[in-house]
Amino acid sequence: MNDVGADMTDTAITTSGLGKRYKRTWALQDCTLHLPTGRIAALVGPNGAGKTTLLHLAVGLLAPDAGSVRVFGQDPYGNTKALAEIGFVAQDNPLYRDFTARELITLGGKLNRNWDAALARTRLSDLGIAPDLAVGKLSGGQRAQVALALALAKRPRLLLLDEPIAALDPLARHEFMQALMGAVAETGTTVLLSSHLLADLERACDYLIVLQTSRVQLSGPVDDLLESHRTLIGPRTEADRIPGVAEVIRVSHTDRQSTLLARVDGTLPTDPAWTVREVTLEDLVLAYLAKADTRATRTAWEVKA
Amino acid sequence: MIEFVLDGRSRVSTYMQLVLQVKQALRVGLLAPGDQLPRVREVAGSLAINPNTVLKAYRELELEGLAEGRPGVGTFITRTLAGPSLTSQVDLREDLVGWLRKAEAAGLGREDITALIETTMRAVLDGPAREET
Repeated sequence: MNDVGADMTDTAITTSGLGKRYKRTWALQDCTLHLPTGRIAALVGPNGAGKTTLLHLAVGLLAPDAGSVRVFGQDPYGNTKALAEIGFVAQDNPLYRDFTARELITLGGKLNRNWDAALARTRLSDLGIAPDLAVGKLSGGQRAQVALALALAKRPRLLLLDEPIAALDPLARHEFMQALMGAVAETGTTVLLSSHLLADLERACDYLIVLQTSRVQLSGPVDDLLESHRTLIGPRTEADRIPGVAEVIRVSHTDRQSTLLARVDGTLPTDPAWTVREVTLEDLVLAYLAKADTRATRTAWEVKA
Repeated sequence: MIEFVLDGRSRVSTYMQLVLQVKQALRVGLLAPGDQLPRVREVAGSLAINPNTVLKAYRELELEGLAEGRPGVGTFITRTLAGPSLTSQVDLREDLVGWLRKAEAAGLGREDITALIETTMRAVLDGPAREET
């Protein structure tokens, strides 16, 4: 399958109509994305939304049941050449717990062609992590740092991380993000990071993908998304009659007031009765998740919108 | 060398907070021409923020003629904001204190004063016929 329209030198991940099914349930459906290189992307959505499935498809652990996924233009499934360019930190950092960090670095060198053992050793030494203690005995934060250092030792062009900070305490989370951002600044690696927590990612990510009910609800550069959405508060009005509103994401009415989060196209109401506010990333994610939720519930109950 | 600090409760975007902190440091003389700004890698690593955000802030400072990137070396301050504005600030502050006392005497509360200042700033500083300085 060829993907026209996406320049492979500028795109880290391209998916087209990508789907994965477990028995009769679609875990991911109709997923079309282009993740440009050099981005740090957040893959956000509730548990069970399909985040892990998407990451596993991108790292070649799963084969698609529909559509296609390309990483730097190549199909990652069973493709050692493509996989050499991808670093992956799986959920809960499943390391061989009886091995020490030093042994894991040596092991990585035997399993990977491009392996920067010195880089991994320097990173872990800077973080004060014991080289000769079984990693099972390290703290959760330290184990996450070992997993990150091992993934970075491959010198990957794309780094995929599945919920790397969900299980960590706030300090360890911050330290992990510090290590990750420092490494990205040095290497320019493209990052795709899944999380059901947004707060820790807000300052780290410049690209957002929202997954819900196995579908992509929203994706794009964070700056563009924030720029193209507004919260509008004004007198009760049918949403389609407000100038400048391209799409209503979320709306609520009282007997006299309407509150909307909307995608806007520039010409916003100048009527002073309307208050127009910029949105935060969190506003945006919540609105899109709620929208998808309502739609899914209505479908399940066979109720019309 | 300065160290960047972010205000977690501010609505100001992260990159703009970095720009404003440099400008503030230039105004009060904490930074002067020739000084090096922290490396992108260090800022991203210590604040746990996207390196592109730091690059964007430094680019903005370059566009405003306040800093200059030297490839492979770092970003350096080229111009200061201290000087005349620092001395005239004392006078301006005095005027402002006088005005605030007057506003209080006229019965305006803190929120009334903030609202009046904000609307006036918007009307005067963002007025259509005004040149950017």
